[in-house]
Amino acid sequence: MPEQAPIEKEEYNITVYTENHVGLLNRIAMIFTRRKINIDSLNTSPSEIEGIHRFNIVINETEEVVSKIARQIEKQVEVLKVYYNTNEDVIWQEMALYKVPTDVIAEKAKVERLLRENGARVVVIRKDYTVFETTGHREETDNLIKVLQPFGLIEFVRSARIAIIKSSDGFNRKLREFERTEPGQEVVENEFLNSREKVFSM
Amino acid sequence: MLTQEKPAPALPETATVISGGQALLHALTVEGVDTIFGYPGGAIMPIYDALYDFEGDLKHVLVRHEQGGIHAGQGYARSSGKVGVVFATSGPGATNLVTGLADAQIDSTPLVCITGQVFAHLLGTDAFQEADVIGITTPVTKWNYQITDATEIPEVIAKAFHIARTGRPGPVLIDITKNAQLQKFSFQGYKRCDHIRSYRPKPIVRREYIEQAAALINSAKKPFVLWGQGVMLGSAEQEFKAFLEKTGIPAAWTIMGAGALPSDHPQNVGMLGMHGNYGPNVMTNECDVLIAIGMRFDDRVTGRLDKYAKQAQIIHLDIDPAEIDKNVKTTVPVWGDCKETLPLLTQLVEAKQHSEWLAKFREFEQKEIDAVIREELFPTSEEMTMGEVIQQLNELTKGEAIIVTDVGQHQMVACRYAKLNHTRSNITSGGLGTMGFALPAAIGAKFGAPNRTVVAVIGDGGVQMTIQELGTIMQSGVDVKILILNNQFLGMVRQWQELFHERRYSFVDITSPDYVQVAKGYGIPGKSINQREDLTGALQEMLAHPGSFLLEVMVTKENNVFPMVPQGCSVSEIRLK
Repeated sequence: MPEQAPIEKEEYNITVYTENHVGLLNRIAMIFTRRKINIDSLNTSPSEIEGIHRFNIVINETEEVVSKIARQIEKQVEVLKVYYNTNEDVIWQEMALYKVPTDVIAEKAKVERLLRENGARVVVIRKDYTVFETTGHREETDNLIKVLQPFGLIEFVRSARIAIIKSSDGFNRKLREFERTEPGQEVVENEFLNSREKVFSM
Repeated sequence: MLTQEKPAPALPETATVISGGQALLHALTVEGVDTIFGYPGGAIMPIYDALYDFEGDLKHVLVRHEQGGIHAGQGYARSSGKVGVVFATSGPGATNLVTGLADAQIDSTPLVCITGQVFAHLLGTDAFQEADVIGITTPVTKWNYQITDATEIPEVIAKAFHIARTGRPGPVLIDITKNAQLQKFSFQGYKRCDHIRSYRPKPIVRREYIEQAAALINSAKKPFVLWGQGVMLGSAEQEFKAFLEKTGIPAAWTIMGAGALPSDHPQNVGMLGMHGNYGPNVMTNECDVLIAIGMRFDDRVTGRLDKYAKQAQIIHLDIDPAEIDKNVKTTVPVWGDCKETLPLLTQLVEAKQHSEWLAKFREFEQKEIDAVIREELFPTSEEMTMGEVIQQLNELTKGEAIIVTDVGQHQMVACRYAKLNHTRSNITSGGLGTMGFALPAAIGAKFGAPNRTVVAVIGDGGVQMTIQELGTIMQSGVDVKILILNNQFLGMVRQWQELFHERRYSFVDITSPDYVQVAKGYGIPGKSINQREDLTGALQEMLAHPGSFLLEVMVTKENNVFPMVPQGCSVSEIRLK
């Protein structure tokens, strides 16, 4: 066996389709905590199919670890399907909300320009405060914090990451297949077996 | 899995108003459950109240501790192939199940555990005997669920049995709040579950992998089969034997796989792993194609992974895709139920003899006999060895008994040397290594296989961990032969301290009560021997006794189990002394 170079960790986006079941979040989270892996971002919400939920989980790990975790997650009874992708394979966004005093905003016209430059929108304007919203990658939402900090930023919140997989052709159809009692063979297949074709050296 | 259906008793076909507790017990009867191991308490009383009326259909074995209950359930499942059923109350009753759940999870034992829970309106209030049982048991169950409404009971219990016994089996825990047990509802009948949309117990076998595997096997000069418990869990013993006999490939077993092929089968070359046989360990790093069947490459089997079978092409047959490539990178992954994949493979492989290759294993075996086995089984030393006790036991049982072992030196010795003619004859805590497993597991094993002799081989450490289950034996009248191999040490830890910690014997010197007196207190006859000339007679007496019998054999204090693959070493660095 040739000496292998140390494998770098990188950010992976894990997408999990599940039943909507009490305790499943815990069951999935434990797969990470058991291996002392920190979850950097976790989003869970209903998918486009009623009764099926979608998790987006972001961790920083090696591909080998991520692939094993993905299989452990998929093994859970209420999990329908798991995919994992690097940042290059997904389009992703985070949303952030910023609360700043209205009087400062009103007085300083410069703020308006900064908000424009950062692609922020106004969600609420009240006498005492204004709430701005922006979406983007981490650096973009971080930038606006820096910008607003001198103007008396009152509160900030950022959502978890949501990500769309670039090569997700036919996802919706596959998901709908799960609703039928007997899913077709293609749906049943575990993806990792398909990608194994390349590895064979017979 | 073999679960016999039997007609449900008593309840009429049409909708009836019954309690949650009654619905649960009715469900159990339809699932073919005949024995429950349990312990009552406040939060499970409505179920026990209903059980009073099910006496003819469901036998309840009152254990002395919930851990004993779940290990008994495991023993029952392992000897019978059916789902073990365990009852416990809320709080401490449920938390006492945790060790057994973890054990069943890692050893893939099908269980359905029912725990009582406080009233739904008290959940989260720190009520008396309330514990977050779902939270606590999530990492050690294949599935768990809390029922707070009686109408959920039929469907959830059906799912529980389906999940426990299909795919890679495992423990399921259902927590039922007291109000749901009491609640009367309109029972519409019980339907067994055979499908859950998000759960795929086994895949459709992919032909191309079978073909690739067969091609590799056909071209192999030095093929080697490793098998595990999966062969038994898949009830594929016959299919496995047919595959082996056609291919002529030597085969070795993990501790969990022992017995799936009879000990004296000419292609059975012995045990793998840390205290396995010499040949199988060395040859793992010599073979050209390694065929792993229903095993998971545990670290106790592989030793140092980066020096494990690197020269070999690896074929892995497993029903759990998470096991494929987990520890050992596979050349051909044959994902599927080995009951289906093995016959497909057998069709495509060429009939062969690997006599020369097999003979090499026998050469190593001879070395092991000369260096280790002869002295262990037929010692010239004054004091008795554990090996000679097992050897004598083999002579008397002729390999027909179920051997239940605890954890430690005696476990390794018993698994190495016990003769097993039949499948489901070796019951041990393999993955978790739970001391205290054997005595209760033997009780369960006997209930699961009432026509077979069950011998619990236990060390002086492990027996003291669950010795209270002698009370279960006393009350139920179950016939279990208890063979204590007493070396007056926590022997395996002592062995490691001797070999790796400069003989600093830190807290391994353990005293024992007078086991014969203890057994007598429970109405169980017993005997203690320390002379070789008494051994055969005492074992005969134990086996011939109608009912349970405890035999303590004083063995030499500081024997080590060899061969041994020291931790962190490669399997080819196995030491004979």
